[in-house]
Amino acid sequence: MKHSKIDFKDVQGLVRYGYGRLPESCFLLLEIISPRAARDWLKTLDVADAEELSTPPDFALQVAFTHSGLRKIGLSSEIADQFSQEFKTGIYEESRSKRLGDVGENAPREWQWGGDSDNTPHLMLMLYSVKGGLEARKNATVDGLSSAGLALRGCLTSADFGGVEPFGFKDGISQPTVDWDGKRKLDGRDELEYGNLVALGEFLLGHRNEYGKYTDRPLLDLANDPRGILAEAEDKPGKKDFAFNGTYLVFRQLQQHVGRFWKFLDDQVGGDRSERQRLAELMVGRKMGGEALAVKSSSPIPGIDSDKRDANQFTFSSDPDGTRCPFGAHVRRANPRNADLPDGTRGLLSKLIRTLGFGGKGFRGDLISSVRFHRILRRGVEYGEPLPVNDAIKNGGNEIGERGLHFICLNANISRQFEFIQGAWLSSTKFDGMTEESDPIIGNREAVSECPFTNSFSIPQEAGLRRRISGIPAFITVRGGSYFFLPGIRALRYLSSLETD
Amino acid sequence: MTPQSYFMVIAPVDLSRESSLRELLASMNHREGVVNPNNDVIPFGRFERLHFARLVLLKDQTRGDLGVIGAPQAELPVYLAFLCDFDGPLDSFMSELAGQCEAGLRRLFSHCQGFSNGTHLARWMKQHNQRSATAYVNWIGRTMRQVREEDALRQSLESYIDGNQASLSRLAPTEARRELVSFVKREREAGRVVLTEPDATPLSWRVSNAIHLLGVPIVLLLLTPFLLLYLPIFVIQLRRRERSDAEIAPRPDPDHAANLARLEDHFVSNQFSAMGSLKPGLFRRWTLSFILWVIDYTTRYIFNRGHLARVNTIHFARWVFLDNKQRLLFASNYDGGLDSYMDDFINKVGWGLNLVFSNGIGYPKTNWLILDGAKDEQKFKYFIRRHELPTEVWYDAHPGLTTVNLERNTLIREGLERSSMSEGEARDWLRLF
Repeated sequence: MKHSKIDFKDVQGLVRYGYGRLPESCFLLLEIISPRAARDWLKTLDVADAEELSTPPDFALQVAFTHSGLRKIGLSSEIADQFSQEFKTGIYEESRSKRLGDVGENAPREWQWGGDSDNTPHLMLMLYSVKGGLEARKNATVDGLSSAGLALRGCLTSADFGGVEPFGFKDGISQPTVDWDGKRKLDGRDELEYGNLVALGEFLLGHRNEYGKYTDRPLLDLANDPRGILAEAEDKPGKKDFAFNGTYLVFRQLQQHVGRFWKFLDDQVGGDRSERQRLAELMVGRKMGGEALAVKSSSPIPGIDSDKRDANQFTFSSDPDGTRCPFGAHVRRANPRNADLPDGTRGLLSKLIRTLGFGGKGFRGDLISSVRFHRILRRGVEYGEPLPVNDAIKNGGNEIGERGLHFICLNANISRQFEFIQGAWLSSTKFDGMTEESDPIIGNREAVSECPFTNSFSIPQEAGLRRRISGIPAFITVRGGSYFFLPGIRALRYLSSLETD
Repeated sequence: MTPQSYFMVIAPVDLSRESSLRELLASMNHREGVVNPNNDVIPFGRFERLHFARLVLLKDQTRGDLGVIGAPQAELPVYLAFLCDFDGPLDSFMSELAGQCEAGLRRLFSHCQGFSNGTHLARWMKQHNQRSATAYVNWIGRTMRQVREEDALRQSLESYIDGNQASLSRLAPTEARRELVSFVKREREAGRVVLTEPDATPLSWRVSNAIHLLGVPIVLLLLTPFLLLYLPIFVIQLRRRERSDAEIAPRPDPDHAANLARLEDHFVSNQFSAMGSLKPGLFRRWTLSFILWVIDYTTRYIFNRGHLARVNTIHFARWVFLDNKQRLLFASNYDGGLDSYMDDFINKVGWGLNLVFSNGIGYPKTNWLILDGAKDEQKFKYFIRRHELPTEVWYDAHPGLTTVNLERNTLIREGLERSSMSEGEARDWLRLF
């Protein structure tokens, strides 16, 4: 066996579970006032690990740090500097914002939190509870903060939408399956079929990623771990692995303008209910109940469980013209479900021809990067009050209150995973050979250089000519966000044992 | 067909005047990373044949790597490089440039060693033009005029389709196409759409191309017996080096990375300039020269229609030897952000990168010249970033159009000019919108 089996007791539970059974949740954004007191508090904190329990828990607590938080609690700069550049500079860094589409109304300076270093919390406590249990847990936690040397800077309360996101679509259907047992052969060879089983190292640091390599992370000399708390690095004997079984957590608070969304669609179709829903489904790329628009594949796809086959056993090779699921549909942009070489690669000669860039079908034959290097585990939760479609339209698109998604994703390499998907696929106005449009659901509609507009959406038709929707407003506004690190349990113990001021 | 040409004027900078040169370069930009096309040093926007241009200081930050591997470090100059990619012959473009921007160019080159008031500008530029070992043009023969006309054509057609969506959607593909063809005919007659016939391919270009097209395989054929004899020795030499060559790919300095990031992602396309030293010795020098010679052949005759192997995001690129092949410069104009460009490279043409760049000092360890190397993703990305140079001034004549947009526009035009189409062909053509 190539791998030691994963020690779930060292992994925070969120990596393995979405905590769907704990539908009440809130996220406390905290500032460390007294590092010493905070470390003592951390020692006593009961952080849920990923071990399977015989009886499901009624509460789970997770903790994640920003880079400044790790420094503040006492992690030496020598160790903290070894984190990735994007984690260190933060989500609000200017060049990053351009790539992520965080410009105009979505610019970090407009955010409620996380938009600059002053407004970035040190750490985030994530509380998940069964129905009716959160309030008491939250109050108890908040009451204990000041003696823990912490100050509450924000509280993001989630809401239970029953597995449906605010626009009304079933959410969280497609997730990569984590290769916990190291079944994948990571020998650097091209994968000729799309697979959903993804290397553990894409989601947990200290393990091999899809390249068969170990993503860069903080490693320390044995002397820096005198109590022997941390695990040894798998790839670097003699070094301790601070990030082992930890991962990066991307948090974005996305306000969804539900009224604006349904009103716009209603106007487009002259008030026809089923047409309105059909158009929304084309933009999302799934039916409201979650069914795929593309045709189900006849053969199983590795890493897709049998109970998910109806919703997930498909690729877009059955829909090369985009007539079932438009090229620009949200789910097609977010996961184009391709392999390392263009479709239909068989045998040595065909492989050679395609490796040299020939044999693809049309100008779209080979435009999209292989997806297995760009997957994320999504752990988002809704917030605000649900707004039914009819109410949304009735008020002329105006809505009271704020609702949306606490978008949360986990990945080992923020720039190659989250940022790539967000920048090169979702926000890009040039995705898959298109132009003048970005993601129909989450795009920001900001003009880009020399492109007259970016607010259209093309729907390929059987007859040939596309149907195009124009003048689409922004349906999403970014309200806050930050890059966090979700440490393994041992790393939390290491942090709590530090002795600096 | 009008083939594209290029030049790279390069001269050592008078280092005592480096800061004045940097100021002058900065004055050509609206802001960092965004050129003023009408700047008064070189008003690029005035030159209709010009696709891309850049001014970059070739200040090698990685020369110290020679010391790391224990090789002697000769002092090499810092150069100012001026690169242009344009339509038509070199001589006429350079004269036009020297004629129209004489004052600006003189100001610029006065920061270079050996350039004085009395220097004949055009002649000096020609003398300092450095040939590329390999040059890549995404679509040989697609002129800037064609780019502009075809994009205007597409936009005009798209809005016509938007305005007539209901009626057009009821038509069979060939009928819909006929509608669009007659719309364009009307627009052309009204002078709102212009589609100029391509110029005849220059005879001299065709002749020299034909000689090159046949000449290279003949030379290769003649060399084959010797190459085959040498092959086993080559393999031994290569493997020995691959086992022992040092990797130098630390994380790039954060300030350096931040400087580069500030210049990027202002448009849908980006520039990339990088340089590094070849591994010392004749083995790497000859290997790389041979490889680039072969690649140059393929870019002329095989990869001249939209893609370089599997990479379809590069507009123009070149590999240039410097300092008697001690160093190599790579410059490209590409679509998307650098991280996605590198991902594309690693996953699609890792083998090709290895062929070329593994001859450079510090490159991630390769096996058999094409395996591994770039597949060590993070090391490769660090290596690339570390060798990258800030491109002080960069001009793109079509900053909103990717290579795929250009191809799509060309396909629309070609389909429009076809005399007839089957229903299936017409449907495929209509899908281009």
